[in-house]
Amino acid sequence: MPSFILVFIFVYVFIAYTIRISISKNWMPGLQDFKTTDPWYENYHTLVSAGRFQADIRNTIVFTALFLLIAVIAGLLLAIAVSNMGRSKVFFRNLFIMPYAVSFIVTGVIWRWIFNPVSGVNLLFQYSGINSLYKTTFGAELHPDWMGSADVVGNMNGLLEHLIPGGTFLQVQMGIPLALLPVIFAAAWQLCGFAMAMFLAGLTSIPHELREAAAIDRASGFRYYRSIALPSLIPMGITTVVILTSTSLKIFDLIYAMSGSGVGFSTDMPGIYVYETMYKALRYPLGAAASVFMLIGVCIVVLPYLLKFSKANEE
Amino acid sequence: MNTSTIPSIVGSSKRSKRVQFFLLCLFIPLFTIPFYVVLSASFKTSQGADVTTMWKLPAEWTTSGISKAWEALSGNFKNSLFMVIPAVAISSLIGSFNGFILSKYKFKFSNTIFTLMLVGMFIPYQTILIPMVRFLQLVHLYGTLPGLALVHIIYGIPITTLMFRNFYVSVPKALVEAASIDGAGLLKTFFRIILPLSIPGFVVAGIYQFTNIWNDFLFGIVTIPNPVNQPVTAALNNLSGTQTVDWNVLMAGSLIAALPTAIIYLLLGRYYIQGLTAGSVK
Repeated sequence: MPSFILVFIFVYVFIAYTIRISISKNWMPGLQDFKTTDPWYENYHTLVSAGRFQADIRNTIVFTALFLLIAVIAGLLLAIAVSNMGRSKVFFRNLFIMPYAVSFIVTGVIWRWIFNPVSGVNLLFQYSGINSLYKTTFGAELHPDWMGSADVVGNMNGLLEHLIPGGTFLQVQMGIPLALLPVIFAAAWQLCGFAMAMFLAGLTSIPHELREAAAIDRASGFRYYRSIALPSLIPMGITTVVILTSTSLKIFDLIYAMSGSGVGFSTDMPGIYVYETMYKALRYPLGAAASVFMLIGVCIVVLPYLLKFSKANEE
Repeated sequence: MNTSTIPSIVGSSKRSKRVQFFLLCLFIPLFTIPFYVVLSASFKTSQGADVTTMWKLPAEWTTSGISKAWEALSGNFKNSLFMVIPAVAISSLIGSFNGFILSKYKFKFSNTIFTLMLVGMFIPYQTILIPMVRFLQLVHLYGTLPGLALVHIIYGIPITTLMFRNFYVSVPKALVEAASIDGAGLLKTFFRIILPLSIPGFVVAGIYQFTNIWNDFLFGIVTIPNPVNQPVTAALNNLSGTQTVDWNVLMAGSLIAALPTAIIYLLLGRYYIQGLTAGSVK
């Protein structure tokens, strides 16, 4: 029981403390100055008008959307195929989940080198002939800079500034930073095994009779998955999406080791921003405000889900 | 797990199975490539470890890269072990006690307390770093491995509680009731009756927590500023940021940092996967 109290202090009291710091002017560890800014939301205002944090918000949205799409679809397809295997089932299952058991720092360091411009994947383009094929078609070498790229594809600035009142407040180009793509790939590579494990557990819990009945009715494999398997996987799918989204909003280690903030903050994330603002720049109130943004994002995704779980628990 | 025993059910005709098997095989290189790069580079010589030949096997096999990496990381590797093992043991023990209470005794607000606790599993730890460091300074554990272990224990309690609560749902309530009729108190019931039944739960929660805590990076760098005392993930990241380090040494370092969780996974993967699904609220 005392452990409950301890956890509550470390979660709720600590969050309250951080929120308090996020509206203070000069709080520092050595200098417990809790004087608030005027107006109280000044740090938050500084944050959302800063180019770097705007890039972070853009990156989080792009990263989360693409990462979820890839990880969930890949996880689902792998789970279906793996569930149909006989003796090779355990092998494939273990192989696909393996990356999940390895530290993000380790995989980040490795992917950093696989996606470096002078070797890695670009070398594979060379070996496989993809590069020469590309060259004859487009007349240029296929030699992407990967995480070193500063390019942003698409521009939503006009649209966003039209929709959100306040004139020209965007400091960065709102689009898809190309440097994020290898990072998204690495994250999906590492976490789609988790999605697969969840869907696999869901598939094995489908009553066997349903599958046999479908066979007797001569339903096609496609029909079986569409009408029986997929609908019964929905609860598991929601759980998976909630967990992966919360992971993605908090992502830190993988990107910190793989690309850092990137050129022009093209791979920067709120998690990195908070760490660097607090512990490199020593601007604790601003870092605290950014961490509160992260908390709000995670709560929007997780709280409805936890409340539903809690209600179901009450029976 | 017995889907394969009944033949000719939908989605598993022989032909469709073969196609799916073939497609799965196409994914093997994708999932093994990083491991291949690490392993082959780890056994290369410093001269042979040029990133432009990263896809080639070592021309000359040597363990000199591994021993150099071990020289650089062994202290931090031991730090990680020293910190992880007690953290896993204590957070699992607390989780099992909490899980026992929450699954076998209904009291007022028990469900609310449980839900409030689960929130702690999801919060971004960035939000609690400042007070956490203040707390560690107050109790004079800032910058130390016991301090790092302590925060891992506390923030590990929600997930271990959840895992054990789900685990104890399958333990018959009659067992607990019988014990209380015999006059056994709460603690006695837990230690005499529940704990001996909990070994599978401890295996699953323990492996899961070992992997989580071993792989942590954020708590390690924030609570311990001195690189000498940091866990191995932090040391690997420092090594990676050093310009002068040879590539084979860096890859060997990655291998060393990944090895404990990889070995546990290869040996006990089944339990780890159980933990993955058991640790998700559903």
